[in-house]
Amino acid sequence: MTQQEIQAPFPGMFYRKPSPDEPFYVEEGQVVQVGDVIGLVEVMKQFVELKAEVSGTLVSFAADNETVLEAGDVIATLEVSE
Amino acid sequence: MIRRLLIVNRGEIALRIVRAAQESGLVSIVAHSEADTDTLAVQRADEAVCIGPAQAAKSYLNIPAIIQAAKACQADAVHPGYGFLSESADFAQAVKEAGMIFIGPDAEIIARMGDKAMARQTAIEAGVPVVPGSPHAVKSLDDALTVVESVGFPLLIKAAAGGGGRGIRVAEDRDALAKQLPLAQAEAQGSFGDGRVYLERFISRARHIEVQVLGDGKRAVHFFERECSLQRRRQKVFEEAPSPALDSTTRKALCESAVALAKHVGYVGAGTLEYLFDDTTGEFFFIEMNTRIQVEHPVTEMVTGFDLVREMIRLACGQPLRMAQEDIVLKGWAIEMRINAEDPDRDFFPSPGKVETLIWPAGPGIRIDSGLYEGYKMPPFYDSLVAKLIVWDEDRESALKRAGRALDEFHLEGFSTTASLHRRLIEDPAVKEGAFDTTFLERWLAEPASNHSNVKEVIDEQ
Repeated sequence: MTQQEIQAPFPGMFYRKPSPDEPFYVEEGQVVQVGDVIGLVEVMKQFVELKAEVSGTLVSFAADNETVLEAGDVIATLEVSE
Repeated sequence: MIRRLLIVNRGEIALRIVRAAQESGLVSIVAHSEADTDTLAVQRADEAVCIGPAQAAKSYLNIPAIIQAAKACQADAVHPGYGFLSESADFAQAVKEAGMIFIGPDAEIIARMGDKAMARQTAIEAGVPVVPGSPHAVKSLDDALTVVESVGFPLLIKAAAGGGGRGIRVAEDRDALAKQLPLAQAEAQGSFGDGRVYLERFISRARHIEVQVLGDGKRAVHFFERECSLQRRRQKVFEEAPSPALDSTTRKALCESAVALAKHVGYVGAGTLEYLFDDTTGEFFFIEMNTRIQVEHPVTEMVTGFDLVREMIRLACGQPLRMAQEDIVLKGWAIEMRINAEDPDRDFFPSPGKVETLIWPAGPGIRIDSGLYEGYKMPPFYDSLVAKLIVWDEDRESALKRAGRALDEFHLEGFSTTASLHRRLIEDPAVKEGAFDTTFLERWLAEPASNHSNVKEVIDEQ
């Protein structure tokens, strides 16, 4: 089993949902495919979707919804599908 | 009279207002978020007060938190700057109800001019031209053809319930109108559940020209116009005063129409009326009014010599206008280049970072409005505007040369900015001639950079 850390590509505010009233993009333990959106990073009023680069199971989020991130901060851990 | 001014904003405009407050003999207090404790505005202000977490919704947009902070620091007036709550009628009202002066017009005027339909109606009442359109929804082709005489071709068929560019069709002539109208009605019904459509003149090539006004409730004066056609994604990038497109007759008519509207509503404070200007016909049409100070106000200050922020503080305190229209004279030419923390080579992606090295341009005719300093780490939460580089010179050609000299002196290490874009833009023959409209910059950016004349010159020199 290989684990992959998903890191913040640039500093910003991390969101786990598309808008405050909607559910999380992904729950912990959920299976994701390549390209699935797992969260948003807001930098200077621009929102950038953070996508899974490999398929697998999203084991855990290190960053909560509405967390301030520095570039390189770990957002989540993904267990890569064999 | 006021003594303690709370400035509810950040970045360069917070610093701009701190300066005006200090020159006016007021105690300046900057309300800031947790992410902005180290800004230049906070450092330069007499006092500072934290109003909440980094996210604007919890700080700069949080009316209860701001009112509480204003009371706690015994402010007797509040300046909202631009953006954030500057055009919130609710905020203006809350400030007033808390017994403080809002530096801007009354909530009622903010609400009236902030509503597009009401602003258009107000302009019509004041005799200010608006984009010609049908006064009510058109039902049939016969109905539409009776309106065509006043609207003219080409025209837009707009769904009443549409918005943000959706539900709009263009008709170039009568045949196209006959064909498009039923389609537009059916589409409007299908998309929005409302089949009503309006006709409006389609101005394909327009300039964005705006007029600065000040009013004291009884009188209003104008400070001439600003040309703001160079935009990307509807955001102004480069502004100048005056506009290279206007002759003195048109300028007079345009500016007097702005004064007429300001007087009609009994306007108090600083305001800007935005117009579309049709180069081909010489017609201008009012589109909206901003009831606050604007980002590009310095170009107006440079060509008229007045300090608009100090004046708006005086006006909010109930003082009458200190100047007559004939005291306001246009002198020379001014250009503002917005320096954003964005990378022009990566589709203007934000590039927040830390200022490692910073050398500002200096010398004759140069003004820098910026909160940057060496060692400052820009937070990623807010707008990317980090500096305004403003130049003045006796005419447009000299001002453009001075802008080039200023950009060459400007040196910033730590992150990418749009300064490099401006350096190329001011060498473009169309920009030099002042021949552009609101679509120019995006078309220019879409061209390969090698088409741009200055790049060729640089290559030739090598």
